[in-house]
Amino acid sequence: MPDLSIVVPSLLNGITTGALYALVALGLTLIYGVLHIINFAHGALLMIGLYAVYFLNVQFGVDPYAALLVVPPLMFALGYALQRGIITRASHGRDENILLATLGLSIVIENLALYFFKSDTRIVDTPYSFETVEVLGAFLPLPKVVAFFGALATAALFWLVMARTDLGKAIRALAKERKGAALVGIDTEHVYAVSFGLGIACLGVAACLLLPSYYVTPQVGHGFILIAFTIVVLGGMGSFVGALLGGFIIGIVEAMGGLFLGESLGQIGIFLIFILVLIFRPTGLLGHKA
Amino acid sequence: MTAMRSLLILLAIFLLIGVAPFAIGSDFWLNVVIMTLYAALLGQAWNILGGYGGQFSFGHAAFFGTGAYAVAVLQVQLGVNPWVGMALGGALAAAVAAFIGFCTFRYGLRGSYFALVTLAFAEVLRILSNSVDFTGAGVGLLIPLARGMENFQFATRAGYFWVVWALTLAAFLTVWWIGNSRFGAQLTAVRDNEDAARALGVDAFRVKMGAIVLSGFFSGLAGVFYAQYFLYLDPAIAYGPEISVTSLLVPIIGGMGTLFGPLLGAVGVHAISEGTRTFVGEAPGISLALYGAVLVAMVLFMPRGLAGLLARAPRKAHADEAAAAPATRAEAGRAEASGHA
Repeated sequence: MPDLSIVVPSLLNGITTGALYALVALGLTLIYGVLHIINFAHGALLMIGLYAVYFLNVQFGVDPYAALLVVPPLMFALGYALQRGIITRASHGRDENILLATLGLSIVIENLALYFFKSDTRIVDTPYSFETVEVLGAFLPLPKVVAFFGALATAALFWLVMARTDLGKAIRALAKERKGAALVGIDTEHVYAVSFGLGIACLGVAACLLLPSYYVTPQVGHGFILIAFTIVVLGGMGSFVGALLGGFIIGIVEAMGGLFLGESLGQIGIFLIFILVLIFRPTGLLGHKA
Repeated sequence: MTAMRSLLILLAIFLLIGVAPFAIGSDFWLNVVIMTLYAALLGQAWNILGGYGGQFSFGHAAFFGTGAYAVAVLQVQLGVNPWVGMALGGALAAAVAAFIGFCTFRYGLRGSYFALVTLAFAEVLRILSNSVDFTGAGVGLLIPLARGMENFQFATRAGYFWVVWALTLAAFLTVWWIGNSRFGAQLTAVRDNEDAARALGVDAFRVKMGAIVLSGFFSGLAGVFYAQYFLYLDPAIAYGPEISVTSLLVPIIGGMGTLFGPLLGAVGVHAISEGTRTFVGEAPGISLALYGAVLVAMVLFMPRGLAGLLARAPRKAHADEAAAAPATRAEAGRAEASGHA
């Protein structure tokens, strides 16, 4: 048993990473909750966000945190356009077709990135990349601490929008009862696209917070896909609190798994959770129905 | 098409394909035929579960890779003969399929959830095969060269041709049987309206389990063939997304839930990949990007595939009209049912 001086930093590391996972999963669970589909292009769209932050930094010298003003709105627009332009049109009345369309989009996006950007691993160089902050006697990288609070703030903002605005009400109405929402005058196609856009904007925020302490490659989304899926399944598909809770659990499990089993096998902990939830509680910790 | 007529057409097509090793002198073209049959096998395996059963798997690599690794690992680590390995590989893939099916179908999980679970399983198996030693981890596994029919390694491509020809024929005959059996009728009933099928006394769980096991079995056999043909495996090949995508793209291009769809689709997929290689070259990513684009385009504009196009060719105006109207699940099912053999 390693002593506390190793376990505590590892635990804190897991919690900060977990907040970012939660943010990625939040977008996924919003899209699932409203549209009742899993967005298989989620990882690929996160990768687009990361490249956007990267190129803004390298080409124009924009700080990744300043990119928060630019990238999330762009990602929102991209999500809105994808939903209205492709995903709705692909459905032909069957949800399975939407799944195929998002899968196809992810393949296109990922492989075009591979074609244009090659598989080089890229990182940004910021003055604060290697700064540390002391928390409970452990030294954490500054970008991870910023990411932790940024993710929590975004989740809070998200909750406010959903709970307190007319838009949030419209989204919740649509999630519950499509026909009823249309009958009371909600522009369903518009609200669907806005929901999808918001889910993708979450990825934009995550990209800005992530890049100072992370890297980007065309395949970077892969690592996040399984994790985000597991979080959403664990927390209950469509549950916001579940996504947050699931994010922290997975972050901690990954960090602890990495500590005790090594980097590569550390992911097995996530896999075990996935299988166990699947077998014993397929509706998730906080989910109501499958 | 009556049952007998579609069987005769099927046998005639395979007899015609069987002429290939005698008629084709060049290794290049025989390889194209072999790879097309192999793609048809992969696609037909997916079609059993996805096309006839309506359960869209995004992770058929889980079955393919298990078959491939089974034959390779048994051979390299334990010295098991690859023909025996082929049977074991198919059985192991079917067992993985049964496990995934049991976990998901027991709770009636379908649609998004099923696609998600299959994809996650393939990804998990990829990570596992990347981390443990007996699969050769990230380095991969090289099957030592030992030419000879008894070792499932042939001196000429014709030997491999007959193996993949027989496997693909077996898969197509199985699907012909599905299309004309009580089991198949129950399977398509579950696909079109599970609640109604259950109300009529169909055991939906048992029927879907049957479909996933058959599907996993043939996908595993495709993996076995791949391993013996190329004599090399690594986690990205065996459990990577390319196999899962090819598996579903083939029947989607050709026509899901139809007997001949995967054959049309296999030709289509090959035309795409050969076309890109000719016009764009071997740049990484470009052929898969095109696969993805074709997938989106098929779903957008031709959700019933090439087979649907052929079936409706004389009444094109009517078909377009039907495609334009947002069909309900039941209507789409009926249209598909009338389209297949």
